[in-house]
Formats: sequence, structure tokens, C-alpha cells
Amino acid sequence: MGNKQSTFRDDQLDEYQDCTFFTSKEILRLHGRFRDLAPNVVPLDYTNNPDVTLPSSLIITMPELKENPFRYRILETFSEDGEGNLTFYDFVDLFSVLSETAPLDLKIIYAFRIYDFNRDGFLCLEDVEETVHRLTGEELRVEERRLVARRVMEEADLDGDGKLSLIDFQNMISRAPDFISTFHIRI
Amino acid sequence: MEEDKKWKERAKIRKRKRLKREEQQDQEEGGQKRGQRRGQSHPEMEEKTEEEEARRGGGEEDRERRRRSRKIERTTRMKRRKRRQRRRKRQRKRTKSPEELERLKEAVDERKKLITTLRGKPWPMRKKLESQLFVEKYEGALGKGRGRKLYAYKVMMRKKWMKFERDLENFKTACIPWEMKIKEIESHFGSSVASYFIFLRWMYGINMILFSLTFGLVMVPEALMGRPYGSIPRKTVPREEQASAMDFAVLWDWGGYAKYSVLFYGYYNNQRAVGWLKFRMPLSYFLVGVGTVAYSYMVVIRTMARNAKEDGGGDDTSFNFSWKIFTSWDYLIGNPETADNKFASITTSFKEAIVEEQESRKDDNIHLTRFLRVLANFLVLCCLAGSGYLIYFVVRRSQKFALEGLDNYGWWERNEVNMVMSLLGMFCPMLFDVISALENYHPRIALQWQLGRIFALFLGNLYTFIIALMDQINLKRAEEEIVKFNMTAWQANLYNGTIPENSTAPPITVDPADVPRGPCWETMVGQEFVRLIISDTMTTYITLLIGDFLRAVLVRFLNHCWCWDLEYGFPSYSEFDVSGNVLGLIFNQGMIWMGAFYAPCLPALNLLRLHVSMYLQCWAVMCCNVPQERVFKASGSNNFYMAMLLVILFLSTLPAIYTIVSIPPSFDCGPFSGKSRMFDVIQETLESDFPAWFGKVFSYASNPGLVLPFLLLMVLAIYYLHSTSKTYKHANLELKKKLQAVSEELIIFMSLPHLSSRGRHHFSKDSRDSRHSSTSHPVVQGYRNGRGSALSHSQIPPSTRPPAPRVHRYQPGPLPGHPGQPASRKQDSSLSSRSR
Repeated sequence: MGNKQSTFRDDQLDEYQDCTFFTSKEILRLHGRFRDLAPNVVPLDYTNNPDVTLPSSLIITMPELKENPFRYRILETFSEDGEGNLTFYDFVDLFSVLSETAPLDLKIIYAFRIYDFNRDGFLCLEDVEETVHRLTGEELRVEERRLVARRVMEEADLDGDGKLSLIDFQNMISRAPDFISTFHIRI
Repeated sequence: MEEDKKWKERAKIRKRKRLKREEQQDQEEGGQKRGQRRGQSHPEMEEKTEEEEARRGGGEEDRERRRRSRKIERTTRMKRRKRRQRRRKRQRKRTKSPEELERLKEAVDERKKLITTLRGKPWPMRKKLESQLFVEKYEGALGKGRGRKLYAYKVMMRKKWMKFERDLENFKTACIPWEMKIKEIESHFGSSVASYFIFLRWMYGINMILFSLTFGLVMVPEALMGRPYGSIPRKTVPREEQASAMDFAVLWDWGGYAKYSVLFYGYYNNQRAVGWLKFRMPLSYFLVGVGTVAYSYMVVIRTMARNAKEDGGGDDTSFNFSWKIFTSWDYLIGNPETADNKFASITTSFKEAIVEEQESRKDDNIHLTRFLRVLANFLVLCCLAGSGYLIYFVVRRSQKFALEGLDNYGWWERNEVNMVMSLLGMFCPMLFDVISALENYHPRIALQWQLGRIFALFLGNLYTFIIALMDQINLKRAEEEIVKFNMTAWQANLYNGTIPENSTAPPITVDPADVPRGPCWETMVGQEFVRLIISDTMTTYITLLIGDFLRAVLVRFLNHCWCWDLEYGFPSYSEFDVSGNVLGLIFNQGMIWMGAFYAPCLPALNLLRLHVSMYLQCWAVMCCNVPQERVFKASGSNNFYMAMLLVILFLSTLPAIYTIVSIPPSFDCGPFSGKSRMFDVIQETLESDFPAWFGKVFSYASNPGLVLPFLLLMVLAIYYLHSTSKTYKHANLELKKKLQAVSEELIIFMSLPHLSSRGRHHFSKDSRDSRHSSTSHPVVQGYRNGRGSALSHSQIPPSTRPPAPRVHRYQPGPLPGHPGQPASRKQDSSLSSRSR
């Protein structure tokens, strides 16, 4: 907006603004963060859309993601190759969905994808057990985790197939008062 | 040969570039130049190939030459054919038929609509960017053809508008302060502590607006366009006080020059129009007072409505475990210590929930618990009554001091009321906390009780204060009567009784400082509120420094030489008390709303206070506090604190409205002096500034005969809306129940024995898992695939999974009847009463 920067062309910034929930200043700041992860690899000049991918091992060193038990799943969900290696597009997409202004529906869809560990499009019993495992570590015994997972199925599984589809998940999460405030990363 | 190849390649490249250039220029300009250019290119190309041939020529390579020439001819023929095809294509593109244009336009419009919602689509970025490129590519082409100018103009305006909106968004986000500070706190303490700071920032925004209203429309006009200091009696410090008017002690007490300035009500002149703008000062004062309240109501209610929309139905306990799993991890956490705390608290809450599931809660000795709770409530009531009486007593005492002259007493006696109120506000909540240990409630319920009691305490204190203030107002008004009476005597004295009343001799000029002054009760009220706010602020900061900072320093440095571990045992580092601080903030704002009419400086003061609070508390929280061990929100809904704010707003504007409506203003100070009621200014404005018919219309509108039916209509509308919302809630509940019933029936249906024989190999040993492993059960799939397709299920192989969207399957009411099922369903109904 008037300040001379050579990282992006104006129309590129406009495109980013249309596709995400960020303003141009935030996008530039994101680029700075992306570049800080690997200054030798990420170019300063993005006007030609260089195809630079950063490995997941580098991205999880970011303070925002470092302590998150689901960090690898988050990266895998947003990466193009499914392995967790992000280009700048994916990076911006990630933080846009997890930003404050993203709508509830979008967050629910991505949360569903993140918690789907075996990537079959459903949250089955094993997915839920794995989530509980990540949240509590080794404090709970295996039977307790299984009990919790079964209770979740009873509560949220509406069509009785033993796993949660996106509709079940949406139905359950849209009423949760905390979801929007906890599924949020500020960058 | 090699030269030949290189030459050909170079020629090809050159040609390709040329054609690309031509295509681009085609789309922008007409087609005339193109023809000329191409006409030039052909002979060039042909020349080159002929040159090649001429260069070669030679006896030995005749065959090769012929082969080459044949090849060259073939390639040139192919090239010519391609050129012709391209030309035709371009011609087709150049003159698009209107239908094609229409279709293209529709496609572009569709894509444009898509783009406005592009942000909310769960697509990867590349796909989103492709849609944008599509629009950009074809928008230019659409610019030709009939009606192109209008279309191009519309497109340009739309683009400009989008750019403007984007710039506005950028500007707005750049204006939001303290983003990085809040982020740091969030990553260290989680979202509940940060929510206090976000609330503080929101309050700051509201106060900024209130400040700009009072400053811009009340204080500045009077300061710039009104009569200057010292010109009229109300704007001058009285002679008796002038000696001490500049003393710091007097100024700190908001007397002296501070009292006779734009900061307080009494300074304002009642002249109807001031300055060359003819600014209606009294009207502006009144309307700004009303406007601040109206704006606050609007903002609070709008925020509540927005929160209510996000909530989607309030407290729901049917998804206990699910919510624990999917919403308990706070993604904002970035600090390892906080993360550990969070893990621990999540584990604890899971363990508690599991225990609750497995065992029934033992209600041992319910009588003892009930007795203890009654006792606790009784103690709390005693506390509240005691604090109320204490404030009343102290206010009476201060009135006695005031009658005897404040100079005889020290600082404590002068500020007794404010200090007592602040100290009560500090110590009573701690007392309530101790008493609540008797009650043995679940932490969330205990928190709600605690908040309720603190709320009652603050409210009681505030209203006792106001009642005491009313006593003082009445005293001042009685004093005013005496002064008015003495005024006539003084004026007669001035003229020494020599000149008769109806003479036209010039009046004797008296220095404004010498005119006897009435006690301005409005300024007194304003001063009281300002003093209260200042002492409240001081108490908060001192509590912060001592309670948090000093405690942290002691724990940190005395830990080496103390018997027990200070950091883990008593006193340890303090936790940030979110609810207490939020309540404090809400009550502070209530006091501002109450006093802003009589002291226009209050919003400015509050703005300063909030600004300092933000930095001080951010520092204190990062430096002295530890993350909370168990995080309980006071209620599931975000609207809890908003609702409290709304109640406070209502309760604090009540006294102000009462005083405006019922008490006549002072005769010699303020913008309404001389009127019988403050709101007479509206009547006056209607009569003098608006055309005659407006006044008539207004008088008709304010006729009770019209107002009463209107009120009745509003009451009926409220009743109607309330009953419809009740029916919606009821319908919602019914649908939920039906949904549960459907899923229950489905589960029972699947676990019936005669069905299990078919899919026995799918069932695991544990009978409870039968539900979950029957994903590929053929009967279930057939059930899912819709009505009457009972027989088709056998065709579906067991390994396929049904497609994702299943909305159409939720059918409230009787399940789609399979022809063979009704009898078995009747059996089910007896089983369906089994709870999950």
C-alpha cells in the first residue's frame, strides 16, 4: 500500500488477498517468517513465483507450531505432496485457515482433515484414539483411551457406522463454544 | 548439416516469438497491422530457406540436397498449413458472435462470484489462483464486441472498488494496537488469560469513541468558542479560593483551577449559540450525553448478537467427551511450560470424566453439604450487609467532616469514602473465596457463585455510594436556595439602594471573582466520580505491585533461605485472576457511564487509565504470574461478560437519567442553568431552530394518545418474537431428539441376532465393537442407500465405502420401511428404550 517492496508484484499481493484472510502487510510479514526459516533457500524476490519447498523438519521449529501435538498432521494436511513439505502458497494457506477471521465452516473442514490420521476421509476409532494419545501422552492407560474413543463415537456418530464423517464432525463441533478460540494461531 | 539444423531452430524460435507477439497485439489492437506484418514475414522465411539451398548446391551431395529440399518443402508446406489454420482460428476469435460473448460473460461472472467466496473454500492455493487467472484472461476478450464500453467501465469500477475495500481492510488492521503483546501472552498463558487483554483492548476502542465525542463536541467548542476564563462568574475561581487555587493538593483533589475548567459541568455557559458557527452548546452537551449511552448500548448489544450467532445454541452437555478431545488443545500455546500445564490439565479432566462415567457419584452426607452451603451463603450475606453499612457510615462521616471544614482533617479523612470502597473491593472477594471452600462445588459452579457474589458486592457498594451522593445533592440544593436568597440582598447592597430598579443607568461592573456563588451540585457529583475513579485506579495498581510483583520477588529470592519450598507450597507465584480483573474492568466502565454527563473529562481519564493498565498488566503477567493449572471458563457462552456489561450499563445510566429528569439544574452553573429541567433544551431547540410545522408534528407525536398505543404495540411485538423464538427452540430440541432416536434405532437394528448371522465374520469379539466394525455390513449399506432398496444391498460388495455426503439420509420420522422389517422393528421398540 504505497510502501516500496520488491518481494511481490502488486497483482500478486492482490491475488493473495483475495484467496486468503490476510492483508498485504500480513502477507509480507509471513514471507519474512518463511524466509527466516531458511534464508539461503527462500528467495527475497517472489515475483516469478519460484518453486521453493521447505521440509517439515524446518517448519516445526517455528514457535507457533513447536509445542503443538498435532504439528506434523497440520503440515501434512496443508502440503501439496502430503508429506508436510510446504511451499509459500501452502504456508500462507495454513495460517490463513488458522487465523482469527477464517469462518467456522472452513476451520471445521480442515480440523477434520487434520485429525484424520489415516487419511481415509473419516474419523475412525483409531484416529480418535490417536488424538487422545497425543493429548495425554502416556498418562492414560490403553483401555482408558479406548473407552474415551468409544464414548466419542456414541456421542457424535449419528449414522451408526462406527466412524465420524464430516457431517457428524460438523454437527458436533459447530455447537462447541471453544472451538473457534482454540483452533486459532496468531502469526 | 549442423549449421542447417541450427539455422532452422533459430528460425523456428524467431517465428514462434513473432507469432506470440502478434497474438498479443491482436487482442489489443485491430487486425489490420497483423496482415501487413505477416505479409512481410513470409517472404523472409522463404528467402532464408532458398538461401540455404542456394548456399549448399554441389555435385556430390545431390541426393542429399534433393532429400533436404524435399524435407524443406514438406516443412514449409506444413508450416503454411499451420499458418492458415492459425489465421482462421484468430479470425474466429476476432469476431465473436454475441452468443459466444454471452456465454463467456456468464462464465466470467460465475468465476467472479466464485472469487468473492474464494477465501472460504477448502481448496489448495494453486487451485484458487487458477480461478483468478481464468477471469483475468477472458476479461480482456470480453471488452470487445457490442456494449463493450459499458462492460469495460463496469469492470474497471468494480476493480477500483475492490482495491479500495482491500486498502481499507489493510488500514483497519494496521490500526489495531498491541497485537504482538497479546500474541506473546497467548502463547504463554493460553486463550483465557489473553481474552482479558482482548476485552481490555475492545474497551479501549469504545472509550476512544466516547472520548472523541465528548472532547470534540463538548470540550473543544467551549474552550475555543465560548467565553474565556474569568469573564463570567461561573468560569472564575471565587476570590476566597484564589490564594490556594494553584496548590498541588487542591489540584489533586480536583478543586481550584481544575474545578473551574472545561473538565467539569460547572464551567459551561448557558448561552444558546456560541461563536461564529452558532454552535448550539447546551444542545450539544445534552445530545452528547445521550449519544454516549446510546452508542454504548448499540455496541454491547451488537457484540452480544454476534457472539450468540457463533455460539449456536448455548450450553450443551451432550458432546462432553467429543468437545474435550477436539477443542481442548489451545493452538495458541507456544511456550513449553504452558504446553506441559495444558497437557496436565487435559489429562486430569479426562481422568475425572472417565471416573464420572464409571462410578456413580456418591452423595454422601447430603445434609451436611446442604447445611454448609446455607451457612456459607449466610456468611456472604452478612459480609455484603456489613460492607454496605460501612460505606454508608463512612459517607455520613465525610458529610460531617465537610460541614466542619475539611482543613481540620488529614488526608485519610478527606479520602475516606473512596479508600474504604476500594479496600472493600480488594479484600471482600478474598473473603468470599475462603468462604466458598465450605461449599464444595464443582470448580465451574464455584466460579459462577464467586462472580455473582463479587458482582453483588460491587453493585451494593456503588448504589450505597449513589444514595450517599443523593443526600449530598439535596444538601447542596438547600444551600443553593439560601444563596439565591442572599443574592438579591447582595445585589441590592451593591447598588446601595440609591438607584431605583427600573433605571437605565449603566450597571456597576463587579469582578466575576467576587460574585457570590451557588454550590454547583453537578460539579460536585462530577468531582466525586473522578475522585472515585482515581482512587480505584491507584488501589488496583498498588494491589498489582504488592500482590503480584512483591510476592513474586519474595518467593524468588527468599526461596533459598526458607524452610519449605516457597514456589510449590504457600505462597508460590500468583495466577492471573481473569474473572476478577474482568469484573473490575466492567465496574470501572460503569462508573464512567454514570459520571460522564457531569464530568466530560471522565472518558479522557479512562482512556489514559486503560492505556497505562494495558502496559502495566502485560508486564506484570509476563513477569510475575504462572499459567493456570485448571482452566475453567465461567460459562460455556462468550456472552457471560457481555451480559454483565449490559446489566451494568443499564444500572449505571439509571441514576444519571433520574437526576437529569427530576432534579432542576443549578441556577448559576452549567449549560442548563436557568431552565427548570435539563431536557427543556430540546423543547427550546425545537421551538427556535426548527420550522414551525416540525414543532407541531413533534407535539402531536409526543401526545400521550399516540405514545401509549405505540408502547402497547412494542410490548405486543416483544411478546410475539419471544413466543416464536420459544417455538423455534422447541422445534430444535424435537429434531435433536428425533435424530438421537433414529441413530439409536439404527444401532439396535444392526445388533439384532438374525442380521449378525450374515456378517458374523465382520464382528469382533467385543460385542460393543459390533457397531463400529459393521462399516461394510451389507444390510447397513442397503439401509443407508435409501428407501425400498432393501433387496439391492446384496449387490453391493462389502468392501466399498459409501460416498461422503449423507445429508439426505437424515429423515426425521419413521424409518424408511423395508418390506420385511416392520415386525422386527416392533421388537426393536422395546429394546430402544435402553439408554446409550
